[in-house]
Amino acid sequence: MTPTLAVEDLSVDYTVTDRGGLWPRRRQVPALRRIGFEIEPGETLGLVGESGSGKTTAGRAILRRVETSGGRILFRGTDITHASGPALRRLRAEMQLILQDPFTSLNPRMRIADIVGEPLLVHRRAASRAEMRDRVAALLEKVGLPADSGARFPHAFSGGQLQRVGIARALALRPGLVVADEPVSALDVSVRAQVVNLMQDIQRQEGLSYLFIAHDLAVVRHISHRVAILYGGCMMEIAGRDAIYDNPRHPYTEALLSAVPVPDPPAQRLRRRSAPPAAAPDMAQPNAGCVYAARCPRATGHCRAEAPPLAEIAPGHRVACWHPL
Amino acid sequence: MAAELGEDVPGLIGLLLLLGVVGMALLAPWIAPHDPAAQSVLARLAPPAWLARGDPAHLLGTDALGRDVLSRIIWGARATLLVGVAVVLLSGSFGVLVGLVAGYAGGRTDAVLMRLVDIQVSFPGVLLILLIVSVVGPSLLTIVVVLAITNWMIYARLVRGTVLSLRSAPYVEAAEIVGCGPVRILWRHILPNLVSPLLTVAILEFTNVVLAEAAISFLGLGVQPPATSWGLDVASGRDYVFVAWWLVTFPGLAIAVTVLGVNLFAGWLRVTTDPREREKRFGWSRAARALAGRAQ
Repeated sequence: MTPTLAVEDLSVDYTVTDRGGLWPRRRQVPALRRIGFEIEPGETLGLVGESGSGKTTAGRAILRRVETSGGRILFRGTDITHASGPALRRLRAEMQLILQDPFTSLNPRMRIADIVGEPLLVHRRAASRAEMRDRVAALLEKVGLPADSGARFPHAFSGGQLQRVGIARALALRPGLVVADEPVSALDVSVRAQVVNLMQDIQRQEGLSYLFIAHDLAVVRHISHRVAILYGGCMMEIAGRDAIYDNPRHPYTEALLSAVPVPDPPAQRLRRRSAPPAAAPDMAQPNAGCVYAARCPRATGHCRAEAPPLAEIAPGHRVACWHPL
Repeated sequence: MAAELGEDVPGLIGLLLLLGVVGMALLAPWIAPHDPAAQSVLARLAPPAWLARGDPAHLLGTDALGRDVLSRIIWGARATLLVGVAVVLLSGSFGVLVGLVAGYAGGRTDAVLMRLVDIQVSFPGVLLILLIVSVVGPSLLTIVVVLAITNWMIYARLVRGTVLSLRSAPYVEAAEIVGCGPVRILWRHILPNLVSPLLTVAILEFTNVVLAEAAISFLGLGVQPPATSWGLDVASGRDYVFVAWWLVTFPGLAIAVTVLGVNLFAGWLRVTTDPREREKRFGWSRAARALAGRAQ
């Protein structure tokens, strides 16, 4: 079976312009370095990393919002790395995005029905006004919004409800892949579970795939089938959910997991923090070795001299580390 | 919406003032007591009727040539409103278009368009106006076009700046991902969010245009006698400020009242076009009406 999405050796560089001198100087800063993964139909891949790790960039590159500087992106077996024009427009219908902040990702001057119906309109998926109205009503019902919400404006809704509108918009075209960029981190803890469960229900009904980008490890564990760990634009580890959480092999993954507080103060006090808290790596500095070497308690000269490849150490479990746990 | 205007007293006053001024311009031949161009040396510089020496036939007095000030104000509304509205619409549409394209396209297009704006801004407007009018010849159409040519840049700059910040707004990104084309993005997602600042600038520009028209007319290149405009009357009454204050006061008041009306009405318009503001201002009374309706 062809995977819904296959990413091979994807690299993205951002151009930074220094305006300090007489002439502006441009240099390339790598944001993603040769990352690769696959997402099967109906599967959720959790993409985890701290700020600046490149997880949002990865989502944007897959949606063809930022230019790639290397590698390939295959959607259902078709190379879309350089899609543009009408092909890119058709692709838009197949890959949708759920944004982080529901308060700013909906146009304040459009009614909910117009926001949710817009994808149908621009892709000419509804033959008549009546059909459009019916389909928008069905979408709103599917995401659990009251039937009369279509006529109202975004400011009348709570964050959780607005995120449901965002999900309805993303689902309108029945996409094969939805990139969810931190879809619940702007929401109250009490409504996070509702939105995540809604996303899972929809996945079961529609059989779509999610790329679930987040830094909240508990949420990722709940929704993902497999999890990929990103650090400094490099893939550290990718494996099935249980393998990552119960048996992490990369020192960085272990550090991430150990940073999650346990809701039991005596137990929390006894736990050891396995990584020194430190700043994110300076991506602008060229680095021959492992990007994590500066913070890694297990780092050796080998780590600083040569970057480890992403090697399979167990079936479906790949780690980029010279000294895996 | 009509009911909301009834609750917004300033907005309602603004609308009534505007309707009054427009009605005055339309009905000028029937409501003006005198021919605005009829001169009378005997009745020159008569003060308003309620003052000593005032002439009841000339309610607001007469000017240096004995022409009735009230009739001139009534007739002058035509040229003033026409020029003001036409110039704001024409320069506004062009400036907004340039700003939208520059802000959204970015890069080289933006640089070229904005340098054009810079060039035009640095060029003295009056000089350009004098040049064009003396070549083409004065007429109402010429004034409108010439004023539009010298006044569109402010819209372009304002719109471009706002588009630059809005185009990275998450809802614009969402619309792009959904597959909206640039025209739809600009028209449905960006332009509606530009209404408030544009209304504010357009109103300020309206006053500017009325005064600019006065300046051109004063130089003899604008509205040509016997036709008249408020600006022309203010400009020509200036020489008599100390002997006949009514010559500048009443046309000046007419301009002020019109601008006030536009301003008040635009305040209501701005609230009504913003769903959030609208609900804040009118939500209570709407809910109250709905409840009352249900109780019956």
